[in-house]
Amino acid sequence: MDLGPGLRAGTRPGRVPEPVTIASEPQEEAVLSHLRSRKNPPTEEVAETPESPPAVSLRGARLSYGQRVLWRDLDLDVTPGEFLAVLGPNGSGKTSLLRVLLGTTPLTEGSVHIAGEPAHRGNERIGYIPQQRSLQDSLTLRGSDLVGLGLDGHRWGTGLRGRRVRAERVHDALRSVDATDYAKTPLGLLSGGEQQRLRVAQALVSDPRVLLCDEPLLSLDPSYQHRVSGLIARQARRTGASVLFVTHEINPVLPVVDRVLYLVDGRFRVGTPDEVMNSETLSELYGTEVEVARVGGKLVVAGAEAEQQHHVHEGGWT
Amino acid sequence: MNRLADALSRMFDLGLTGELLGYPFVQQALLAAAALGLVSGVLAPLVVTRRMSFAVHGTAELAFTGAAAALLVGVSVTLGALGGAILAALLLGLLGQRDNERDSVIGAVLSFGLGVGVLLLWMNPERTANKFTLLVGQIVGVSSADVTLLGGAALVVLVITALLYRPLLFASVDPEVAAARGVPLGVLTPVFSLLVGTATALGVHVVGALLVMALMVTPGAAAIRVTASPLKATVLSVVFAETAALGGILLSLAPGVPVSAFVTAISFGIYLLCRWIGGMRINRLTRGSAAATA
Repeated sequence: MDLGPGLRAGTRPGRVPEPVTIASEPQEEAVLSHLRSRKNPPTEEVAETPESPPAVSLRGARLSYGQRVLWRDLDLDVTPGEFLAVLGPNGSGKTSLLRVLLGTTPLTEGSVHIAGEPAHRGNERIGYIPQQRSLQDSLTLRGSDLVGLGLDGHRWGTGLRGRRVRAERVHDALRSVDATDYAKTPLGLLSGGEQQRLRVAQALVSDPRVLLCDEPLLSLDPSYQHRVSGLIARQARRTGASVLFVTHEINPVLPVVDRVLYLVDGRFRVGTPDEVMNSETLSELYGTEVEVARVGGKLVVAGAEAEQQHHVHEGGWT
Repeated sequence: MNRLADALSRMFDLGLTGELLGYPFVQQALLAAAALGLVSGVLAPLVVTRRMSFAVHGTAELAFTGAAAALLVGVSVTLGALGGAILAALLLGLLGQRDNERDSVIGAVLSFGLGVGVLLLWMNPERTANKFTLLVGQIVGVSSADVTLLGGAALVVLVITALLYRPLLFASVDPEVAAARGVPLGVLTPVFSLLVGTATALGVHVVGALLVMALMVTPGAAAIRVTASPLKATVLSVVFAETAALGGILLSLAPGVPVSAFVTAISFGIYLLCRWIGGMRINRLTRGSAAATA
């Protein structure tokens, strides 16, 4: 299956109408195995187009609340099209990192750039996917409305002009995640997986350069977790957007992850899953004995506090 | 009971109703009600989505206090109600920014405001009839100056709502993503409270402070039962509010029963009907999707 120009990270495909991809299981699997088999890390691919700035760039970044330092000396470049998983125990500053990129929380020290521009509030180059629970019982909105708000919900004015173009873009976004069938159904009546599909469309409709995902798989059934993470990865590669994916559970995204940022108690490691997710690195990060094992293609992290904290439910905007 | 039977027997006295419609004060009341129906119908679905029913109630109580003060010093009751409602909106916005605190702040503020209003009415030596109408509404009090003021205020509220509508809706239905996209929730909340406060104050004349929820909340609650489209919900809510406001006045003319009795009855009737229709709709939709996934 051809993934289109989006695979070549750094080149930005225009709005080429792609054939509708029906998200049936076999195809989903094909995409995942295709992504798994990629040998070249995206950093090398980007070398082809040196003119495009990193999608996200942090330099000497420090974030602290009073005496408490969440992280410091963070240098990070996320290349266009890269999928970065952000892991770490509760309170390690994963969600705060997203807020820094969104421009709603200022850095204590250092600089942050999105696609070459300093981060700022209301950045149109960023799409955002929250946890699924936020839509749980909303009966006053339909999928098409949700996606439409992702396009122009932050704009002032009546928005009466350009309604036809708006409707087309909303429809395209719904079609790209295969959600047209239930676009007119009240959101509260949809399954968690269907709601998150709509969230992906909502985040992508404005054609962002960076997708920020804050635990989008939380409270989803395991079967939906793989589908939704596969969908996010596929859509991001199609549009050339980078993904920063905050999660406490790496396994559902392991097949699509390029690099991992692991935050623990002010320290961090960045690298490929193999470089970071091993006993030695995590033991060093946590400062205690942590065992990482591969069991049937899954990573199992065993280590007293680390493991416990991993599975504690983390609140969204705390 | 005899009084009620008597009133009901006159309710459909079309001759009397027609005759009363010729009076300017009745026409002014209808104009005021139409303006109120439009504004409250537009705001009601947002009020319901933002869970602000109790805030509307609290705002209306302070609008009553303002109106009572205006009556005492002899200025326009509508102006007094506006002042009280705006003060309430600011107070609730300042004191109750935190969600878990809002409820109790409203309870504390509204009871005090009501008490002050009662004191102000007691201090007022004359026009006893007028006092009661501040709470339950009476159309005879609407002057042509009031209609101008009502119309102007309604227009201002509608224009501001239209300009803010998309961020307001975004912040109301999807606050987390709205905040991430840069919608200033902290600014929109007090602004919306001010809009609601203004609309509430307009309602004091027509339905009275106690029953303003029949127009500011019920039409929106009814509309979102039958549609999930924000646009359709707004249109339906306006239709429901106008039906209740204008219908209530027309029905009350011949029997001479307070307007609010009819306005609230029509509004509640529509609400019950929409709940029933909505229940069938949800059943159908959930059955449909169950069949689709089966």
